[in-house]
Amino acid sequence: MAQVTLNNIRKVYPNGNEAVEPLSFSIADGEFVVLVGPSGCGKSTLLRMVAGLEDISEGTLSIGDRNVNHVDPAERDIAMVFQNYALYPHMTVRKNIGYGLKNRKIPASEIEEKVQEAAKMLDLSQYLERKPSQLSGGQRQRVAMGRAVVRDPALFLFDEPLSNLDAKLRHQMRIEIKALQRRLGVTSIYVTHDQVEAMTMADRIIVLNSGRIEQIGTPAEIYHRPASTFVASFMGAPPMNLIEAQIKDGRVVIGGETPVASASGQGPVTMGIRPEDVEIGPTCDIPFTIDIVEELGAHRLLHGKLDGQDFTIHISKDTEAVAGPIRISINPEAVVLFDTKTGIAL
Amino acid sequence: MKRAGFTTRWLPILLLLPQLAVIIVFFYWPAAQAVQSSFYLEDPFGFGSTFVGLDNYTYLAQSAEYAKIARFTLVFTILVTFFSLGLALLLAVKADKVIRGAKSYRTLLMWVYAVAPPVAGFIGLLMFNQSWGPLTELAKSFGWDFALGVNSTDTAAAMVLVSVWKQVPVNFIFFLSGLQSIPKSVREAALIDCSSAMRRFWDVTFPLLAPTGFFLLIINITYALFDTFGIVDVLVKGEPGNNPLTLVYKVYVDGFRGNDMGGSSAQSVVLMVLVLALTVVQFRLVERRIHYT
Ligand SMILES: Nc1ncnc2c1ncn2[C@@H]1O[C@H](COP(=O)(O)OP(=O)(O)O)[C@@H](O)[C@H]1O
Ligand SMILES: [Mg+2]
Repeated sequence: MAQVTLNNIRKVYPNGNEAVEPLSFSIADGEFVVLVGPSGCGKSTLLRMVAGLEDISEGTLSIGDRNVNHVDPAERDIAMVFQNYALYPHMTVRKNIGYGLKNRKIPASEIEEKVQEAAKMLDLSQYLERKPSQLSGGQRQRVAMGRAVVRDPALFLFDEPLSNLDAKLRHQMRIEIKALQRRLGVTSIYVTHDQVEAMTMADRIIVLNSGRIEQIGTPAEIYHRPASTFVASFMGAPPMNLIEAQIKDGRVVIGGETPVASASGQGPVTMGIRPEDVEIGPTCDIPFTIDIVEELGAHRLLHGKLDGQDFTIHISKDTEAVAGPIRISINPEAVVLFDTKTGIAL
Repeated sequence: MKRAGFTTRWLPILLLLPQLAVIIVFFYWPAAQAVQSSFYLEDPFGFGSTFVGLDNYTYLAQSAEYAKIARFTLVFTILVTFFSLGLALLLAVKADKVIRGAKSYRTLLMWVYAVAPPVAGFIGLLMFNQSWGPLTELAKSFGWDFALGVNSTDTAAAMVLVSVWKQVPVNFIFFLSGLQSIPKSVREAALIDCSSAMRRFWDVTFPLLAPTGFFLLIINITYALFDTFGIVDVLVKGEPGNNPLTLVYKVYVDGFRGNDMGGSSAQSVVLMVLVLALTVVQFRLVERRIHYT
């Protein structure tokens, strides 16, 4: 168990591509940090630098109180779970799980004990003699987890470990991994492009965009107080509504008239509001036109236009709505304002 | 999957005929001929032949010379197979590390594959030329007076060397593609699990290469036994003398030089049985081969 510190870590691939711009953050002992961002933003590169599978171009990395820039992956006291499981196809489940221990000169009896324990924890006990090809996707994922858990490392690294599973299994494994991490208390870095995984699993989320950190924060902070329009539209399904508005006389106005919130300054602004922070009702002040009602069972999404711009509203299943003109009101507390040019929160 | 069907029964047979004809005319018919003539003693001057039963075989079994050639062939096959597989594996592992360079590396080595065995033998002949061959010079600098075609050990060494040189590229290509088909993440997992490169190779890489290795083993044994004919032929210059010979070359020498068709045929039959055995082994291995998914 350990604290992890990245100090001005940068990655430039040999072909000149700067996949990770110099960035710094640290992870507390036992913390579960999720790196999230769109495909190609540099998540894997960053994780692989921590693992030692990729050279660090610049900056320093420490795990515990040890600088590990030039330490072999096997000596970093880490365990990694790969997207495609990366099990050894020729080894049984038992050997797969025990291989890392065997190479660390741990007595066979102790290895066996630990493998049994990990297998029990992951419901793999009756599959120990099987080869990976004789297992289902979920079971392979568990073996990969077992291989990491059995080592009792200082740091777990996960690179999109659930993206090869079907939705139901993904949901189940998400909970299992989180519970396991809680129980073992091992510091973890988890990479995903799935914002739901990020929201549900993380103690802290780091949102990456083209090699840069957009925001670091708890899931609630990231969700409710996005630091940029990028974070606002990347996190949440449906994403935050972003409306071009004006600040006039201390008020944010949409379409030249309706004031929705107070603000300082003057001129154009991008207003962000989560779909669930909007109410509908005859007494509300803003006119809105519903184009499509999306029925989702537990709730409904109303897609339409606000001042000619795309806008989505989330309503509970008990509220009725049909396509056509209605009136809405926006919760001023929930409004986030962004600089229209830079996209950065004001 | 969709299967295409034939509307008439005769069309598929008709389409198969040319292939069947080729196989029968060029493989089965000569094989049958060889089996037949192995039971006869042919007059060297072409005046008919006499049925001698298993005489040709008993003669072979008792021939000290044949036993010597068989022993040499065994040693030759083991050396050629071992070195061409070993060298190729070593090169492939090195090449695999610099994957970017692999392409030029590959073509660089692959061209040797395009060299026909007699040409390879001829190049060997030049390299080992008594008066100016660079390899003769090299051997001389180590105090080894290399005499190709005169000293039988030297000739054997040259035969092994040229045969290995000719076969390494083929093995290299197979090993390299075998290595490159090992998922990157599996090697990376091993990198995290084990700090010793040597151990990783034997524990993870080598077992995953085993299917390729088994396949190549059979291919190489067959190569050393049969396809080295052209190399042997050029290096011994058709003058067996006290030069070492392989079994296949002995068939040729006895049959076409010695005009002993019966004895030569009996030797062919022995080799056919050998090939058959190898084929059975290969099929067994292919059957049992583990398919990693
Ligand atoms: N070996 C490499 N050489 C050059 N560029 C690479 C290499 N690996 C990844 N990249 C590039 O670096 C960027 C980040 O990649 P990656 O870290 O895999 O993204 P992510 O995991 O977020 O999808 C991408 O633009 C990708 O094309
Ligand atoms: Mg990735």
